[in-house]
Amino acid sequence: MRAVRGIDVTITQGETVALLGPNGAGKTTTIDMVLGLVRPDGGSASVLGHTPHEAVQLGLVGAMLQTGSLIRNLTVRELITMLTSLYPQPMPVERVIELAGLEAVANHRTQKLSGGETQRVRFAVALASDPQVLILDEPTVAMDVEARRVFWTSMRAFAATGRTVIFATHYLEEADANADRVVLMAQGEIVADGSTTEIKGRVTRRHIRATLPAVSTDDLLTIAGVNEVERHGDSVTLTCSDSDGALRELLTRYPAASDIEVTGARLEDAFMQLVAESEASA
Amino acid sequence: MSTVRYTRYELLRTFRDRRLFLFAFGFPVILYFVIALPNRHTRDYLSTGVSAPLYYMVSLSSFGTMMSMMSAGFRIAGERQVGWTRQLRITPLSVRSYMRAKVLTAYAMATVSLGLLYLCGLSLGVSLTGGRWLEMTLLIVIALMPFGALGVALGHVLTVDSVGPATGGIVSLLAVISGTWFPITHGFLHDIGQFVPSYWLVQAGRVGLNGHAWNGMAWAVIIGWTVVLVAVAAFAYRRDTGRL
Repeated sequence: MRAVRGIDVTITQGETVALLGPNGAGKTTTIDMVLGLVRPDGGSASVLGHTPHEAVQLGLVGAMLQTGSLIRNLTVRELITMLTSLYPQPMPVERVIELAGLEAVANHRTQKLSGGETQRVRFAVALASDPQVLILDEPTVAMDVEARRVFWTSMRAFAATGRTVIFATHYLEEADANADRVVLMAQGEIVADGSTTEIKGRVTRRHIRATLPAVSTDDLLTIAGVNEVERHGDSVTLTCSDSDGALRELLTRYPAASDIEVTGARLEDAFMQLVAESEASA
Repeated sequence: MSTVRYTRYELLRTFRDRRLFLFAFGFPVILYFVIALPNRHTRDYLSTGVSAPLYYMVSLSSFGTMMSMMSAGFRIAGERQVGWTRQLRITPLSVRSYMRAKVLTAYAMATVSLGLLYLCGLSLGVSLTGGRWLEMTLLIVIALMPFGALGVALGHVLTVDSVGPATGGIVSLLAVISGTWFPITHGFLHDIGQFVPSYWLVQAGRVGLNGHAWNGMAWAVIIGWTVVLVAVAAFAYRRDTGRL
């Protein structure tokens, strides 16, 4: 089976890029190739003009892999010190601790940390080399809402220093909130690549939400430009290919409609539409 | 250089593990007194030519030192399971340095275990010249090489759950045919024992006799097994890290 086929992406220094896609899309394999953990059958990966192996040796790239935990019987500070000692020009240990928000647990043994703290230490491990390129493979999977918020704040603080950050996720809101650019993968191929606004713009559908009791969904579907109708109690949501026309007709037919909101495509719509198109053409 | 730095933390981690002290270090010491104390005045123990305290000092230290060497396997299996080995592959630490750190740490443990048994032996009146102590120690260090390689190999082949029982089983089995519990001077066990490195580990105690503790056979067995097991360890490593 081929996990990834013929992808071609160039990421500029300083960008924060989200690698987005459903499970099995090839995100992790792509990351493993960039890190030199997997050798591509054809083609090559290059990091700042170096092979992945050279980039690792020079400490240009740091990564938080998708799975993994920490070794036991060292304190957080000792573990970070050990890792920084392996690199030519590491980030100062105290700076790593500060960036990853580990001040409070720096003297704790690694086996005594909570899940969220462990993830932050793994983030610190990725920062140890003071990398030009930071790669995060589904970094927030084990985190609760608060831990996630703290994590992304740390990540943005690092990105703000002009470094490149590439993260894989299947949480659309994380990509939307934290990335300058989204590379959408499905079935080992890139199905879209651009800013979140651009990607959302590729989807023409909009949503009209209104409070409208006592009208059947079948009647609403007869409005020109409406593709889908969903009803939850008194509230209806119309998914439209022509929201302007649909809204005029809706108000003409049902003047009682109230609380009307028109929203543009969400990243999720783009995601669903583009992945579906890719599957249909496969 | 990175080997030295990594080894420092590796040692720190190892010596913080209290269970290790109990099993790898405490167990042989307790057994030594149980077995050697009642026989402390036997000058020629079961026609081996060496005293009972000297014989058991070396034979039981083989237990602790073999365990210490093979504990490299516990660590490797554990670090593979938590994905640490993979994380290290994206650092400049070379595989060679990583392995060196593991083997050096195993030797450090073995040295502590051996030192403890030497102290126990001294307390029961073991007496050798400085040159004989040195010769014996060097032979033990050499005889432990194949076990370091075996530990590394098992660490890459087995899971964290199976590496413990496997190591315990191998060491116990080797102990029987190597003369750890009682001297083996002839018969079937002697015939097969001669072909395993731990037999010669125990025989290092024969420095108490005049002449050499090891014959040509001993060197051939130790070197042969070291070469074979290092090759097996290298193969196990390569097979294991295909994707891991």
